[in-house]
Amino acid sequence: MELILDIFTGICFFIGSLSIIIGACGLIKLPDVFSRIHAAGMIDTGGTAFFILGMVFQTGWTLITVKLILIGVFIFFTSPVTSHVTANLAREKHIIPVGKKIGKIL
Amino acid sequence: MKTLILFLILLSLWLLMSGHYSILIISLGIISCAFCVYVTKRGKLIDDEGLPIFFMPRILNYLIWLFKEILKSNLSTAKVIIKGNVEPETFTVKASQVTDVARVTYANSITLTPGTVTTKMQKDVFEVHALNSDFGNDVRTNEMDKKVTWLEGKK
Repeated sequence: MELILDIFTGICFFIGSLSIIIGACGLIKLPDVFSRIHAAGMIDTGGTAFFILGMVFQTGWTLITVKLILIGVFIFFTSPVTSHVTANLAREKHIIPVGKKIGKIL
Repeated sequence: MKTLILFLILLSLWLLMSGHYSILIISLGIISCAFCVYVTKRGKLIDDEGLPIFFMPRILNYLIWLFKEILKSNLSTAKVIIKGNVEPETFTVKASQVTDVARVTYANSITLTPGTVTTKMQKDVFEVHALNSDFGNDVRTNEMDKKVTWLEGKK
């Protein structure tokens, strides 16, 4: 039983690390600030979700699990707000996104 | 009614976070929760915006759907980053929700799925930046908009 849980934790950590590495590559590779926010969003969601899931497999049914899930919930509520603030500030400073615009933009 | 719900939420959070169940600690928790509720009540912050309980019956269903979407778009964002076929596009969508909380939930859901970011909001028109035309089409089909309107439950 212990071994199975350890294997699940390993798989979760592997997927989480992979998505963080790909997100970090995207952060360097993508063309402008708006596209880079997408890569950061990948780290925020995929990375943290899989790391927390992996840790939950280790703690089992204890109060620590509840705390871990609460950490995940708070990250999921706050990370889009920071992304939106970054994007909105860039738009307020009149940075025009690269690529095509469909219709009239605000 | 809402005051009581807020008090119960705060108290359950206290009990879960502390993990000590002696009389002294629980009574301290009750006192501090009551004080917090008093301050919130005095500031007139307990309304639909501060405590959106009309989400509660359908929130679990929505969150499961949202997690599925996040996983799917994580996968496609990773593919786009590796392959490098980036064609960013900017467009506007119209939100059909009635309350401000539901609109913020919709904007946050768009931002939370990787590949799409809400860059500006004006009343019920959102400006969305997408990494690729596939992500753009996902938002333009209004599936998420319908889901959030359903979650709001006012129509």
